[in-house]
Amino acid sequence: MIEIENLTKSFGPIAAVRGIDLRVAKGEVLGFLGPNGAGKSTTMKIIAGYLSPTTGRVRIAGHDVESDLQAAQRVLGYLPEGAPAYGDMTPRQFLKFIAAVRGYSGTEAKDRAALAAQRAELEPVLEQPIDTLSKGFKRRVGLAQAILHDPPVLVMDEPTDGLDPNQKHSVRKLIREMAAEKAIIISTHLLEEVDAICSRAVIIDRGRIVADGTPAELLARSRFHNAVTLTLPATQAASAKAKLATHREVLSIEDGSEHRGLVTLTAFPRNATILIDDVSALATEEKWDVKELYAEPGRLDEVFRSLTTSDSERVRALKEGVAA
Amino acid sequence: MKSVCPIFKREFASYFATPLAYVFIVIFLFAMGAFTFYIGRFYEMGVASLEVFFGYHVWLYLFLVPAIGMRLWAEERKSGTIELLLTLPIPIWASVLGKFLAAWAFTGVALALTFPIWLTVNYLGDPDNGVIVASYVGSFLMAGAYLAISAAVSATTSNQVIAFVVSVVICFLFTISGAPLVIDFFKAWAPIALVDTVASFSFMTHFQAIGRGVIDLRDLVYFGSLIALFLGINVVLVDMKKAG
Ligand SMILES: Nc1ncnc2c1ncn2[C@@H]1O[C@H](COP(=O)(O)OP(=O)(O)OP(=O)(O)O)[C@@H](O)[C@H]1O
Ligand SMILES: [Mg+2]
Repeated sequence: MIEIENLTKSFGPIAAVRGIDLRVAKGEVLGFLGPNGAGKSTTMKIIAGYLSPTTGRVRIAGHDVESDLQAAQRVLGYLPEGAPAYGDMTPRQFLKFIAAVRGYSGTEAKDRAALAAQRAELEPVLEQPIDTLSKGFKRRVGLAQAILHDPPVLVMDEPTDGLDPNQKHSVRKLIREMAAEKAIIISTHLLEEVDAICSRAVIIDRGRIVADGTPAELLARSRFHNAVTLTLPATQAASAKAKLATHREVLSIEDGSEHRGLVTLTAFPRNATILIDDVSALATEEKWDVKELYAEPGRLDEVFRSLTTSDSERVRALKEGVAA
Repeated sequence: MKSVCPIFKREFASYFATPLAYVFIVIFLFAMGAFTFYIGRFYEMGVASLEVFFGYHVWLYLFLVPAIGMRLWAEERKSGTIELLLTLPIPIWASVLGKFLAAWAFTGVALALTFPIWLTVNYLGDPDNGVIVASYVGSFLMAGAYLAISAAVSATTSNQVIAFVVSVVICFLFTISGAPLVIDFFKAWAPIALVDTVASFSFMTHFQAIGRGVIDLRDLVYFGSLIALFLGINVVLVDMKKAG
């Protein structure tokens, strides 16, 4: 549904997007991750036809964004970064305006606006000027606007930013419900969101894709993947550590600080072997007083950090790039 | 054409959703009155005509119309709603036209509200109402031309103050190119064809022509093509920003 080929975008000397290729099919929810300034919003703006790419092309449901913009925009629901909306209007007026622009009239326009408002849970504020709404409600107005025409393709830039936990939950539920019939791209800084709703995650860094896979695949790249964490009394920690270290498949052991007489040890496997069975057998055998024992699925934040560049590195690279 | 309508409606309603419309109309009417009665000595002249009244329109529009036009695009850019507008499935020209028509209709409302002065001259004397109607038409067209310039300038910036100042300067150039001062300056050395060309670019020349009571096709074409030209420039300017 969304096809992006060799997309680049430069703002003067700043190369914001440096060659992105991506295909998103119906039924996929793609999570777009990356540090600040990685080029997520820029890519989304190009998909939505707000910016034109420096090179490359984008097609939405077969419509080329450059040559057939309106057709592409008709099948696209887009939530811009920051969810801009006309502040002097109330959500009801605003959604009616969007419905009219999208070519609906009469009762259909009314019904569409009402349904979108209901799905974004806007009812309590329908008659209040958007300027006076709280950040979370503003975001929901943007969301309602994006889904009003039930588009087959949805692109949302940080849809859950600024929402309270209840709202995050219901927006995620909404996205999950819509997922089957749509191709969806969302950008987010919340890694737990990837686990919660995305069928696929793409990490971009400095304008390039550095990882692309299912959340499970990304987790498998974590050094924590299949590691075993156990909590036991500090008195047993030293011997447990020594014993674990003798195991053939254990690569290394890290221990956390002592807390209320308990210590947490993490045993990392060689080649991502599953350790949990052996470790728990060992614990029973050695009669360790284990309070907690679990296998780590992997940690997304750790994968994220290892794949992306920190700000200071980025600034250095940028300066070199400009100088060159 | 279908997509122009919702844009027009939204824009037009937005004037009245904030105090902007009321403030503008009050200032407009007040300034018209002050110019006409105090500076123009409307009563003392003792002539049943609105020539004085219309004579000041050029100068009033010079400041008041850019004040309306400055927000058209600069505000959208500042608040980020331009991203919303340009990602809706409507062509840029429809947004440009819808916004322009709404603002023009709004100045039309303000202009129409000066009707008491028309009633007054009719009560006091026996004016040539044909001339007055023609002058109203000319005044409205001239407001449209000022507005088209201001809207195009507004598309270049997210700063309304800059949009205002630059619009006033450009409108001023279009206005004075027909003033005696400028014409005399050119007459001293330039061939008559050039003098005529410069003068023919002036709002004042065309407005005064219409104000004599004859709506000449040439004057209509002048204002019409000027509006069309600047709306075209407006479309190009909005589109150019897509490059970043
Ligand atoms: N209009 C612009 N002019 C110049 N540079 C721009 C412009 N828009 C974006 N950039 C630059 O492009 C780069 C990518 O920005 P972008 O907004 O796409 O990042 P992002 O991944 O969305 O970041 P965030 O997580 O903070 O939202 C940044 O270095 C930014 O400064
Ligand atoms: Mg962003």
